This record gives sequence, structure tokens and C-alpha cells, in this order.
Amino acid sequence: MQLVTGNRLRDGAVVYFAGAGRWSPEIGAALLVENDKAEALLAEAQQGPAPLPAVGIELIEATREAGHIRPVSLRERIRAFGPTTGPMAHHRASETARARS
Amino acid sequence: MYRYDDFDHRFVDERVAQYRDQVRRRLAGQLTEDEFRPLRLMNGLYLQLHAYMLRIAIPYGMLNATKLRKLAHITRKYDRGYGHFTTRQNLQLHWIKLEDTPDILAELASVEMHAIQTSGNSFRNTTTDPFAGVAADEIEDPRPYAEIIRQWATLHPEFSFLPRKFKIAVSSSKEDRAAVKMHDLGLYLRRNEQGEVGFEVLVGGGLGRTPYLAQTIKPFVARRDLLSYLEAALRVYNRYGRRDNLYKSRIKILVHSLGVAKFTEEVEAEWLASDREAVALPDTYVSEIASAFTPPSYNRAPWDEAAVQRAIASDKAFARWMKNNVFPHKVPGHAVVTISLKEVGKTPGDCSAEQMDLVAELADELSFGEARVAYEQNLVLPHVRREALYGLWKRLDAAGLGSSNIGQVTDIICCPGLDYCGLATARSIPVAQRIARHMAEKEDLVGKFNIKISGCINACGHHHLGHIGLLGVDKNGEEVYQITLGGDAGNNAAIGTIIGPAVKSDDVTRAIDTLIGVYTNLRQGEETFPETYRRVGTAPFKEALYGPH
Amino acid sequence: MVLTEDGSLSEDSWRHLGDDEALPESDAVTVSFARWKKANGELHARNGKLGLRLPNDAPPEEVAPDLGRFDLIVLHFPKFTDGRAYSQARLLRARYGYKGELRASGNVLRDQLLFMRRCGFNSFVVDERAVREDWAKAFGEFDVFYQGAADSRPWVMRQRMKNAQ
Repeated sequence: MQLVTGNRLRDGAVVYFAGAGRWSPEIGAALLVENDKAEALLAEAQQGPAPLPAVGIELIEATREAGHIRPVSLRERIRAFGPTTGPMAHHRASETARARS
Repeated sequence: MYRYDDFDHRFVDERVAQYRDQVRRRLAGQLTEDEFRPLRLMNGLYLQLHAYMLRIAIPYGMLNATKLRKLAHITRKYDRGYGHFTTRQNLQLHWIKLEDTPDILAELASVEMHAIQTSGNSFRNTTTDPFAGVAADEIEDPRPYAEIIRQWATLHPEFSFLPRKFKIAVSSSKEDRAAVKMHDLGLYLRRNEQGEVGFEVLVGGGLGRTPYLAQTIKPFVARRDLLSYLEAALRVYNRYGRRDNLYKSRIKILVHSLGVAKFTEEVEAEWLASDREAVALPDTYVSEIASAFTPPSYNRAPWDEAAVQRAIASDKAFARWMKNNVFPHKVPGHAVVTISLKEVGKTPGDCSAEQMDLVAELADELSFGEARVAYEQNLVLPHVRREALYGLWKRLDAAGLGSSNIGQVTDIICCPGLDYCGLATARSIPVAQRIARHMAEKEDLVGKFNIKISGCINACGHHHLGHIGLLGVDKNGEEVYQITLGGDAGNNAAIGTIIGPAVKSDDVTRAIDTLIGVYTNLRQGEETFPETYRRVGTAPFKEALYGPH
Repeated sequence: MVLTEDGSLSEDSWRHLGDDEALPESDAVTVSFARWKKANGELHARNGKLGLRLPNDAPPEEVAPDLGRFDLIVLHFPKFTDGRAYSQARLLRARYGYKGELRASGNVLRDQLLFMRRCGFNSFVVDERAVREDWAKAFGEFDVFYQGAADSRPWVMRQRMKNAQ
């Protein structure tokens, strides 16, 4: 299965396409579709007046395990759940944005 | 330290205003991402895995206490309280918001800093020896030339859209501490028979997919002709460098496809046809720039060396730090201190805001306000009186900055890798951490050793130049590491050789341990790793790692 | 539309002939580099102004001897990231002394206008965004320059040396 991801234009936070023009920093809110619907989802995510809220918009593979959406690739798991080491291990940009506001 | 005059201040303010408007236009939808991307890159702003990354320029690695405090403030206010020093003497912040960047650049401008051209297909940071001005083996301070090149290269209208990035390094010491030969264009300061200062010019170095060492194209360019010669070389590159293939667009590819002789001919012809007087560097101008780098007023009074020796005798940990981290200074009674940013188990090259503030304080108290960044991702305090060393070390140690491992096996050069970087194919930081933890207790036995780790073929960790180099690649979704041996960055620069199939992540530490074990078993006397390797070749290492053939 | 160095916008008054189009007697026309190389004589025996369109890998050295014959030379940026025409422009102006109109065409965007101007371009083919977004402002974004180029603006080294006297 696949979903659409990107980075939010104004702050670079990892975001997921949730349909109807919405982008969420929570992977749980992502629209997960069967492979044959993926291209259509991508096209939908790229619609809208300039500037689109997200950049680097692309399809990635993901699965649903025990109710949770999980990306297949290590790279996308790191984007979803934060660096695996260092002072910001498991931290996501979106968390700090919320904490600061 | 170079101080901005009215021109420099005005320029950097105009640049901030220009960038602020570019961001406004992007957020208003007047610029597409394709149009905006090169513009933000020309101000050092990348989009990476988690957020934007800002690469702040630290021209030829020179910092002072004011700049360090401002960097600390910026990491607190706009990032997550820490930064990462890079192999090109710059600072990276990994949690940046686009909408904050105009204000960040304005704050940097207030302390004579910027992020101009730290990315993009133009001139990047011109780097030099972190011991410039204080090393005994120096012909003449290279920093004025780095500053002259920096200014000339800033928003150069003819060379802002080169086929690819362009990195320049300058060195003027017997020992090359600036890795000159891995640069697109390298300059060794030389004196001719008349004693006049000039430069040996080398072109075509670079790592990545096709690593090459730079080759000499002109043994001596007179100082006056430095900029005109650079213009000629850049014009040849701008006109003839490949633009059809991203992986073949550096100048090293052009030099190799034409051959050094033909390339040199082209540059020479271009140089002779050009108006060399238009960019000639008069002695008076060089002196004016050089006046910013006059040595500080050293305290030349006798110093208490006996006290230093007592401290060494009584404190083993301090003795170790003195041995590995402290280097001789031109001026008697003084020392050059390298502060390790490689605490075992931490991210190599990272520095917290608190640590930056401490280094600023120590620089102010003990080093005439000066600090530098070394390309090995460590910091340098260049002018410390010997009597101050023990007190300095204690304060550094309390802040996690006291690791005595400069040039040792745990002084690993490591890029951010897949934990941060959008280009990466594998993680690098956890690998470095595991190796450092394992090798820490064997450090004194091993002696001088450098391991360099890159998380992708772009080689920001300079793995090709490591005694042992590791390149992380993705093999069917699994992280594996290709091992190279025998690289070197300095005077005996060499590109490492791949010694066999890539090794799984879980096996890397054991592999490193095995390879270093071969070295310590086979070395004769005080042989360094490159010396042993040159003597015995790859066979014993391959056999130990992969078994007999 | 053509933007000129003084910031004014106008319709292009030149005709840009395809290689097979007949040469009109008196209009201002440009021809391609290929056509010019083949048909020298015919091109110059006419009343109208003549211009030349160079691809961005054409050596300026080749046209240097004949620059006096052209009122317009058009250089090309296939993508704005392809910077070869900056070198062509600077050579045409500073080395070969071209005095006519030097025009940038192709992927010409607001944020490169000042670089182009400094390399010797004095006109620019632009789209309607140039009007809406007042691209002419780009020419004034900087008044400090760290290097000499093909324009007459003094650069910092010259200014500092003057100040030091």
C-alpha cells in the first residue's frame, strides 16, 4: 500500500496527505491506499493554488500493522519517528512546533 | 580576525533584504519550488528529512567569542540547542523553519556572519589550516588570501551558475592540515627564488562517485596574479564543464577528460588573453587585508613551566590531554589547543549551545577571543599560555569537551547520515558511536588513527581519505558498509582502496577491530597506519576480514 | 516582452528568422549562428538592422572579428541554472569590445537579472510576471560588489584603494 508524504513548506516538518487538501504531521492521519489507487492520490495531493502547503511531495510504501501505519523503508521510518540517535532521538519537528506555540 | 568595513556591512544587509523578499515571494506563490530552490541553496538552506537545514558559513574556520555566542543564541532560539560542525569548517543546524530564516540571517549579519554560498553551484567556503598564523611551519599566514578569495568569489556574476559546486582550500605550512588535494582548486603558498610569495595551483580534486586528488597545473603563480589566474581557470570550467550529467559535472571530470596538460593549456591561454591588470592584486591591498590578521599582543613574560609539568605528573588524564590535544605554538610559552567534539558515545562534531557559550568564555579569557573550526570537526583555541592549560582542561572536561582523542581512533569524522540527511543511503552516526565505544579502551595502544564515515556516496564524511573509510549503502533495504583502506588527507594524500564485499551493520565494529588488530600486530616500531599499509599491502587485512583465498 | 536595463518594458521590435525564412530587405532581424556562418555576404548587403542569436556553447572568439556588424546579439539560458552565457556575455563586452545591444533570452528570471546586467547584458526577454512583480527592482538590489565584471560599477577593491589614498 502507499501514502503521500512531503515536507511543510513554511517550516519543513514532515507531513502526510490526509485528503481533501489537508496535510497532517501525524502519520496516523495519512490516507493509505492500494497500489492501483496511488497515482490518483498523488495527483490529488498536488492540486491546489500556489503555493502548495507541502514540497517534495511523493508516494511511499507503507503498511498497516495492528492499527498503526508504518512506512516500509528505514528512511521513511526515520522521517516519521525521528532520528535514531543523538540529542533529538525519536524527536519530530512537528512536536517542537506544537510545544513552542 | 577580518572585520567588516562599511562595504561589507552594507553588502550583507542587502543580501538579507534580497533573501527576505525571495522567501516572501515563495510563500506568496510567486516563485515555484524549482525557481526558489537554487536561491535558498545560495543562502545555505537545504530541505532535509525532518526540517530545513541551514549551513552557516564560517569563512576559513575563524570564529570569535561574539560569533560563538550568537551561534549559541541562534541554536537556542531557532533550532534545538545544538549545532554540527562540518568537514568544511561550517556549522549546520538541522531543525530550521523556512519562515525563520530571514531573521536568522539578519541576526548573523549583526555579528558579521552569513550563510552565503554554503550550497549551490558556485564557490563554497574557502578553507584553510586551523593553525594558521600560529604554526611554526608556516611560510606566511594564509588567511589574508582566503579572505581575498572569499570576497572575490561572493556573488561573482559570471560564476554563480557553474556546472557544479566549487571548493577552494589554501595552505601555507609544511604540513598540509587543510586537505588541499581533495579540493576542486587547491593553493599551496610558495616562495620563488627571489623570495617572492606566490602559489602552486592544483586543480581537479574531489570525492564522491569518482574520487580524484588535485594535480598541479602551475607550480608558481605570482601573488599579484592570483585572482586573474583563478578567473581563467573558472572560465574554462564554466564554459566546458559538463552540464548534461550531474555525476560528471565537477571540474575533476573535465581535468581528467581533457588530461592535465590540455586543461592547463586552456587555462593558460585564457589567462594570457584576459585583462590581468583588471584583477591584479597590488601589494598595498594585500597588506591592507593582512593587517586584519596581525598577531595578538602576546604576553611574552616567562611562564611557569614547572607548574605545568607538576600537573602532568600528578594528573594522568590531564597528561593524556596534553599529549594528544595540545600543539606547539610559534610563540614560546604558548600552545595551540584542540577541543575535541568527539566525546565517546556522542554525535561526532556536535556542539551544544552551552558548550558554544563555554568555548566563547574560554576564548575571551585565554585566547584573545579567538576560536577556530578544524575540518576534522573539532574546535581550536589558538593562543593559550601554557600555565593556563590545566585550568582550561578542567573546565572543558566538566562540559564534555575534555576528550583526549585528537587524531586518535575515536576522533572519527562522520557526516550526519540517514538520521538527518535527505541524500543519505545509510546511517553513519550510530556506526561511529559503536566503533568509538568499542575502541575507546584500546586507543593508547592503537595510537594515531583516523576513521572516516560517510552515509552516502557524496562523501561528506571524507571516507575516501580515511585510514579506514566506511561508506554506508542500501542493499535491498538493509544498511551495509563498504570498507576502504589506506586513505590519507594531508601531504601524502591518497584515496582508499575498497578491500572486499560490504559488511552488515552489526558486523562493522568487529570488522574495524579486526583490521586495526592486523595493523597493531604488523607495525614495526613507530609506524603509522599508512606506513604499515604501504609496506604490507591489502592482503593481510583482506585475509583477516574475509578469510584466505 | 523585452525589459531593458533602465527598467522599461516594451514589445520586441525585432524579428527572429528561422533558418529557412527569406531575409526581408529592411526589417530588424536576427539570424541563427548556423545561418550566419554559412551566408555571410547576403546578410550584410541589406538596409535593415542585423542581429545574431548564439547558442550558449558558441565560442565568442568566432564572432569577435565581425561584432561591428551587429546591432543586437541574443544569448541563451536554456535553464537558468546553465550559466555559460554569463561567460559569453562578459567576453563579448570586455574582451571583444561589443557595443551593441546584448540580450538575454530563454529561462530568464528576476533573481538572475542583476548578475546578467553585470556581465554586460542590457536587455532581457521576460514573461508577464516581469510586469506584475516589478522585476526592474532587481537591478537595484545591491550597490556593493566584490568583483569587477563587464559593467562600469566600481568594485570593492577599487573603492577601498581609492579611499586609502
